[in-house]
Amino acid sequence: MTVTDRPTIRDAPDHRVPARRGRPGRVNGRQPIGALLVTPYLVFLLVVFAYPLCYAVYISFHDYFFAAPGAVVDRPFVGLQNYRTVLADPAVRRSFVNVGIFLVINVPLTAVLSLTLAGALNKAVRWRTFFRVSYYVPYVTASVAVVGVWLFLFNSDGLVNSILGPLAPDPSWLVSSALAMPTVAVYVTWKQLGFFILLYLAALQNLSKDLYEAAAMDGAGRFASFWNVTVPGVRPATTLVVLLATVTGANLFTEPYLLTGGGGPDGASASPVLIMYQRGIEQGSPDIGAAIGILLVIGVLLLALVERRLVGRDD
Amino acid sequence: MKLRFVTLLLGAFVFLFPFYYMLIGSLQAEPDPSVGGAFPRPDNLTGRNYAEIDAAINLGRTLINSGVFTGGVLLGTLVGGVLAGYALARLRFRGRGAVFNLMLLVQVVPFQLLTIPLYVLIVRNYGLADSYLGMILPFAINSTAVFVFRQYFLLLPAELFDAARVDGASELRILWSVAIPLVKPALLTGVLLTFIGPWNEFLWPFLITKQQDLQPLAVALSNYLTTVSARAANPFGAVLAGACVLAAPAVGLFIIFQRQFISQSIESGVKG
Repeated sequence: MTVTDRPTIRDAPDHRVPARRGRPGRVNGRQPIGALLVTPYLVFLLVVFAYPLCYAVYISFHDYFFAAPGAVVDRPFVGLQNYRTVLADPAVRRSFVNVGIFLVINVPLTAVLSLTLAGALNKAVRWRTFFRVSYYVPYVTASVAVVGVWLFLFNSDGLVNSILGPLAPDPSWLVSSALAMPTVAVYVTWKQLGFFILLYLAALQNLSKDLYEAAAMDGAGRFASFWNVTVPGVRPATTLVVLLATVTGANLFTEPYLLTGGGGPDGASASPVLIMYQRGIEQGSPDIGAAIGILLVIGVLLLALVERRLVGRDD
Repeated sequence: MKLRFVTLLLGAFVFLFPFYYMLIGSLQAEPDPSVGGAFPRPDNLTGRNYAEIDAAINLGRTLINSGVFTGGVLLGTLVGGVLAGYALARLRFRGRGAVFNLMLLVQVVPFQLLTIPLYVLIVRNYGLADSYLGMILPFAINSTAVFVFRQYFLLLPAELFDAARVDGASELRILWSVAIPLVKPALLTGVLLTFIGPWNEFLWPFLITKQQDLQPLAVALSNYLTTVSARAANPFGAVLAGACVLAAPAVGLFIIFQRQFISQSIESGVKG
């Protein structure tokens, strides 16, 4: 057990309600009032989560269009036709490639930077609180708010380019089809990093000092002990970081919508969620939108499985 | 040692500079993207950008909308979440495992998948477009907060509950007089965790509010950014002024309560 400076969940004894203590349980459990207490939450989950989830599948298999409330309209079952339309749409395919580019940049960058900064922060003596707060500030701020500054910074004649001078890319960051998506990926990495730093920080505080001492006895240098002790030690956290970063990345909408004026230039930074919004709501084809959403989730789940294999070898 | 400290300082600069620049930019009469523009010059400072953004999107009104949206979510999460968290941690009843598993599943399925069906249901079928209820409904009880509440109720010693039950207290009474007073810090964490969600949420209120006087600040600001700003005298100044107003409450709350924010919520999340 490691000793930390404050009580945390993992240090506390487990006081889960022991099964079957005293009288044998009745059919409804010992405290059926529990069912009553979870009812509001359960109703919420059914209304806002379970039902819409099933409804998304339903919509994606039908010729579904918006109609006035209460109007009786025929929305025939069309099988996989919406999915075929979606897969044949070059804008949709482009958006999936874009999110791939996004993830290839964002996920490794997130894992490496957050572990590096968390490692430094874990050993820092001075100004710990200040650093922790500053890393977390972008995460708690609305993306809409910070997007404004990034536009100002990465504009063609913005501060970044005036510092770079002749090295500034032309066309500039957000209007170049090669650089727009990478810029969005770096923006999101920066915005979310604080959250992942804290995940790693919690994991690092769990690592036993003995391992580092043993490594030092074996003559391991700083880098060797980082690679052989820290990296394997925080593997469960890495799995979590990679999976969460992937899910966040797949949900990308606000940043291309605002940073690159709706996925520009020419769709080079459009995300699947952005296309889903355009097709499903702006252009009034919720069936197409729902099909994009379901393909996206299937893609994310497959990717998550692969990542779990690659990163989380031990579990 | 030195290298580590320099890394941390460099990191802090990269994280904080945009916020500093946001503030400076919001106070500039003329936008100055040159390096010198990063330093305040007294002759270029003005509050006009704040007046301009207020005239364009009515800051007071949109802040109230953000507040009602956030307040509704907080209320739902505190009431529904505390009841559910307590029941999941402390009471044995039929279906407990199923509710618990559903709660975990909710955290994995991205909200975006639900965007289209929720839009169809809430806007088209229930006619809740341009209403606070429609805005709040999808977020009414925050599942992460339910999970945090449950973790904290689990930490309380079982003897406490047994004693109260022997004394003949009802479950609601135990919850109100025994359990809740002991987990007040968790409630604060839950409130803080929940606050940043609806306060910063963009996509959902953007979809369902077309009426300007019902839009939260984030939505109004983004509409200003995409449509009006091209025509304004100092578009970035006004956008950055709005951004400062939008960022201030969340950043302020976070700085005041940062210990709760970090030590409790995150570690319980990692453990889960």
